[in-house]
Amino acid sequence: MRLPGARVFVDCLKREGVDVVFGYPGGVVLKIYDILYEQEIKHILVRQEHAAVHAADGYARASGKVGVCLATSGPGATNIVTGIATAMMDSIPMVAFTGQVATQALGKDAFQEADLLGITMPIVKHSYLVRDVKDLPRVIKEAFYIARTGRPGPVLIDIPKDVTIEELDYEPVDKIDLRGYKPTRHGHPRQISNAAEAITKAERPVLYVGGGVISAGAAPELLELATRLNIPVTTTLLGKGAFPENHPLSLGMLGMHGSVYANYSVNDCDLLIAVGARFDDRVTGKVESWSVGSKKIHIDVDPAEIGKTVETAIPIVGDARLVLKALNEVLSPKQHPEWLAQIASWREKYPLHYKQQPDQIMPQFVIEQLYAATEGKAYLTTDVGQHQMWAAQYYKCSFPRQFASSGGLGTMGYGLPAAIGVQVARPNDTVLSIVGDGGIQMNIQDLITAVEQKLPLKICIVNNRYLGMVRQWQSLFYGGRLSSVDLSLQPDFVKLADAYGALGWRIDRTEDVRPAIDRALAVNDKPVILDFWVAREENVMPMVPSGGSIDELMIE
Amino acid sequence: MRQTLSVLVENHPGVLARVCGLFARRGFNIESLAVSITDDATVSRITLVAEGDARALEQVTKQLHKLVEVIKVHDFTGAPVVERELALIKVNSETASRAGIMQVVDIFRAKIVDASERSLIIEVTGSVEKVDAIEGMLRPYGIQEVVRTGKILLGRGGRA
Repeated sequence: MRLPGARVFVDCLKREGVDVVFGYPGGVVLKIYDILYEQEIKHILVRQEHAAVHAADGYARASGKVGVCLATSGPGATNIVTGIATAMMDSIPMVAFTGQVATQALGKDAFQEADLLGITMPIVKHSYLVRDVKDLPRVIKEAFYIARTGRPGPVLIDIPKDVTIEELDYEPVDKIDLRGYKPTRHGHPRQISNAAEAITKAERPVLYVGGGVISAGAAPELLELATRLNIPVTTTLLGKGAFPENHPLSLGMLGMHGSVYANYSVNDCDLLIAVGARFDDRVTGKVESWSVGSKKIHIDVDPAEIGKTVETAIPIVGDARLVLKALNEVLSPKQHPEWLAQIASWREKYPLHYKQQPDQIMPQFVIEQLYAATEGKAYLTTDVGQHQMWAAQYYKCSFPRQFASSGGLGTMGYGLPAAIGVQVARPNDTVLSIVGDGGIQMNIQDLITAVEQKLPLKICIVNNRYLGMVRQWQSLFYGGRLSSVDLSLQPDFVKLADAYGALGWRIDRTEDVRPAIDRALAVNDKPVILDFWVAREENVMPMVPSGGSIDELMIE
Repeated sequence: MRQTLSVLVENHPGVLARVCGLFARRGFNIESLAVSITDDATVSRITLVAEGDARALEQVTKQLHKLVEVIKVHDFTGAPVVERELALIKVNSETASRAGIMQVVDIFRAKIVDASERSLIIEVTGSVEKVDAIEGMLRPYGIQEVVRTGKILLGRGGRA
């Protein structure tokens, strides 16, 4: 059948099971939008391409499917660069399509030309420039396969305008033959038996779990391993939800702003079992003095992560679900009463805590109330900064894909557009976007997209009129010289919500927090902004200073 | 340490940029680089020599494996290989010095491939050390220009 490239593009997407594309039109993708007009695939029009890529990311995190975004060439394409890097750092499956100037104009500084392949080379899992329409079906098939398999990540497909228009004899592609891409799925049997032996021998084991457990769908296997052998579990920011945080074996998050007992446990353990986690500097601090007494098992699908930061005694390359399943098959139940008692005493001595202040809303209290009001069942997105850490500390996640946050890249402006993607993926669930007064202004334009799509997002601004995390570092480490962090001049978010056709309330008294949340939860046809005016100078604690070790831990 | 890698890649535009980008990002200078197609026209071979910290180089090698268009990476550092480099050396040559230069050329089994009144172009093939050596011997005569292909190599014995 002779079909134009744009028609083939839509057909290929349907074959990959894509049901929504987040995008923004422009000159070189006109032919694609002409086909999208037929509405075989839902297209959500954003107001800035940042939102398209972050929404695709949020959609992927919440659904486990590959997120898809579409932008035009040049400025449209460069606007999605930050979002691609965000997805890369957090291993989020995504296929990003960009339009490109026609093949004969490539490299001639044509109108709206930018070399997206060159710009994004270090921040994609793979990328393609489709020079011949005949390659389009194969490229799209490969891209989705690469994006979702192995260690997931973003794949970019740059499509010149003429390729969307030219016709080809279209045959759907079913086979994939990539000789340079063969992810390892099953762990090496000998390493698995070595790991099983080490786990059986360990007296003070800890499971250190990252986002890889969520992307591998390994949460049930993790729960089985932890509960049968009574091994406490700490998660990274991206690992939140991989293990129920209300479980007695959960230590919550570790690292810079992790719980004291999680960090002490990791410091004192004799066996550290890392699963789908990458020993990030926000986890380890000073790596030379981090968990030095422990033997380390590292389970990861990406061989390049093994030994990258710490020496590993037992590396296992493979899919976390399959490896944990193999371990569960050989391991016998075990108790660690002394170890768990030790951890319990740390937990009692150093609980997560904050002090209520008269006449001020404490930010931690807001998160606690959000948790209580949603019974811990909401899907969350955050921006980056203090509110992100408080959300991670005080909103206990109990299931995978519940928590979407830019962990690796730390992208401000992520929270609102990602929430759009999460709500599209989870239309019947409550979605909270917990953001700061800084980050929300970075992509506020897409509030209108949420209004247009009738998405009942609860946008919770933890408003301290500061770029709070930078303010905290300046207070603690730069002698209190607060440089360019004061946001006391800011838009009236209530009026702003009204201007966009959303609802908005400012909450500045502690007793109004819960009623406002309850009111917001009852709204189901439009976004609500809850502008919580919180204590300005509150710091996120505990804190291990950047590059510091556990003995430098600050508790308050 | 100095590492010699032989990388088999898909013969596609942009692959070399992806490979080199990994080294550049970590601050490694690629000392020598040779690229050509192989007996299979869809496959190119990149032979490169880079110097850097051993652990960082190991990380780059692992990252190389992750590139979708990289088919195979062989680390030939310290392995038995046949290695060659080709160089063209343009050297000053007056009537008085010509005989001396020709003697050097003979010793290294090199060839004079172009001669003019004031200069000779010498072609030499061999190991990197041999090329270094002839360059050193010719330097006193006044070298005008040198071009070297970068090292190419194959492992000795059966196919790795």
